[in-house]
Amino acid sequence: MKTVITILKKELKSYFSSPIAYIVLVVFLVLSGIFFFLYLQSFVGSQFDPRYQLFREKLNLNEFVIRPYLGTISIVLLIMIPLITMRLLAEERKNSTAELLFTSPLRVLHIVIGKFLASLSLFVAMLLLSGIYVVVLMAYGNPDLGSIFSGYLGLFFLGSSFLAVGLFTSSLTENQTVAAVVSFGVLLVFWVLGASTDAESSIMGYLSIINHFDNFTKGVIELKDVVYYLSFIFLGIFLTHVVLDSERWR
Amino acid sequence: MIRVENLTKRYGDLVAINKVSFQVKRGEILGFLGPNGAGKTTTMRIITAYMPPTEGTVHIADFNVAENPIEAKRQIGYLPENPPLYNDMTVYGYLDFVADIKGVSRKDKKKRIDLAMEKCGIVDVKKRLIGNLSKGYRQRIGIAQAIVHDPAIIVLDEPTIGLDPKQIIEIRELIKNLSGERTVILSTHILPEVTMTCTRVAIINEGRIVLEESLDKLSEKVQTAQNLFLKINHWDREVIDKILSIPAVSGVDESSSGEFIIEPKDGADIREDLSRMVVENGWGMLEMRPITHTLEDVFLRVISTEGE
Repeated sequence: MKTVITILKKELKSYFSSPIAYIVLVVFLVLSGIFFFLYLQSFVGSQFDPRYQLFREKLNLNEFVIRPYLGTISIVLLIMIPLITMRLLAEERKNSTAELLFTSPLRVLHIVIGKFLASLSLFVAMLLLSGIYVVVLMAYGNPDLGSIFSGYLGLFFLGSSFLAVGLFTSSLTENQTVAAVVSFGVLLVFWVLGASTDAESSIMGYLSIINHFDNFTKGVIELKDVVYYLSFIFLGIFLTHVVLDSERWR
Repeated sequence: MIRVENLTKRYGDLVAINKVSFQVKRGEILGFLGPNGAGKTTTMRIITAYMPPTEGTVHIADFNVAENPIEAKRQIGYLPENPPLYNDMTVYGYLDFVADIKGVSRKDKKKRIDLAMEKCGIVDVKKRLIGNLSKGYRQRIGIAQAIVHDPAIIVLDEPTIGLDPKQIIEIRELIKNLSGERTVILSTHILPEVTMTCTRVAIINEGRIVLEESLDKLSEKVQTAQNLFLKINHWDREVIDKILSIPAVSGVDESSSGEFIIEPKDGADIREDLSRMVVENGWGMLEMRPITHTLEDVFLRVISTEGE
């Protein structure tokens, strides 16, 4: 446990002592701010649009702002998370610091978990800071907090699964660009896998990483979705461990 | 302290090292000598448990590396070929991290780091970013990293590579000072480094240990047969016969006209007889000197006969 924290601390330090963390946070907040503003603007506009007057009762913040906003954020994460995770293991290998880590009395699993938790911390910081837009909504409207919470929980699970994939691809190569591109590719495949179906109707639909996110944005937390994401994260960490452990045994 | 038995490492068809066996006792400095690509780095990576051997075993202070890697790793400080540094850390921050992952206790940590920095002469750069430091400093930080947890065994892979001559001398002094209680293995392809720092030498070529001996014994062996080099301003067929007529001479070789290499019988000193003969015959003495075999000759002989 102590070694996990040591690795976690070191990774966080290197995120925040280089521009990486700041750039990621700023770009993410600017992008999510722009999308939030656009959705909010069109919602406000539709309030006064005569065509919507008939179903004004149905216009609500959750359906017209929060849900599309969360959906857009999930796409931003798809692009940004491979950039957060690409350096985690590829850089160690490139700088031959991998030799230091793997000749120290540490368990490989502890290294992997420490690194995963570090990237997770940065990701959580991103989510928390973007929570400021929710605060804005609460100040001027009355959104349903329950479904906002479940939406953010969904983002958390979705992003963590992205991180696990990114960590895994970073373990495969010493080239950060390769790691980022491969992880983006893998994620996109999982994304579009079940694009034409929904989670209930086929295996492809179940495997699709985005179908499980949909329920969360509706305010529904279902066990099968949580289990899906947790097993996804577990698989990513497990495969990373296998790669690191076996690579030196070849 | 270190026992290596029948180590073999194959990468597919390529045999990197083949049945390497040697032992290092506590307090010894073993020089691991070999041309580039001989398998030095592979051997060291196996000893430090960075990668496993295809066959064979390594014991580090009673711990089998394959069965008990964590305990074995605890005993070792390792400087790989490229010092494993994080460019975005300060020197102190880096050593602090290394002390943590090597399991140095919180209470000893500061003392250990200060000591390692002092020994390696990097106290004055402790707050600088590693990425901004020169090669010499980086190498020294690499060594500081290897000794910060006070390991019983230190493994250094080409510790003086890329340094300027003054730094090389400093690093060699440092390595000598490290020994004593500690056991050191250092690899190099520079011969004088071995004679200057090591107590024992293992020569590896094409993946095999071709010679392993203590340096004292080796230099004794090297010194015993002292051949003489003679250069005279005269050439004649009789010269060789006449030199051979000196009782203590066992052989003469003519290397080029007027230059001879004379091999005396065991331990005999023939310099007086030889110089008298040259003068009496009026051959015109130009040069006479003993040919000392350096480690270099041994090295070249050992690895070239192995290649045949």
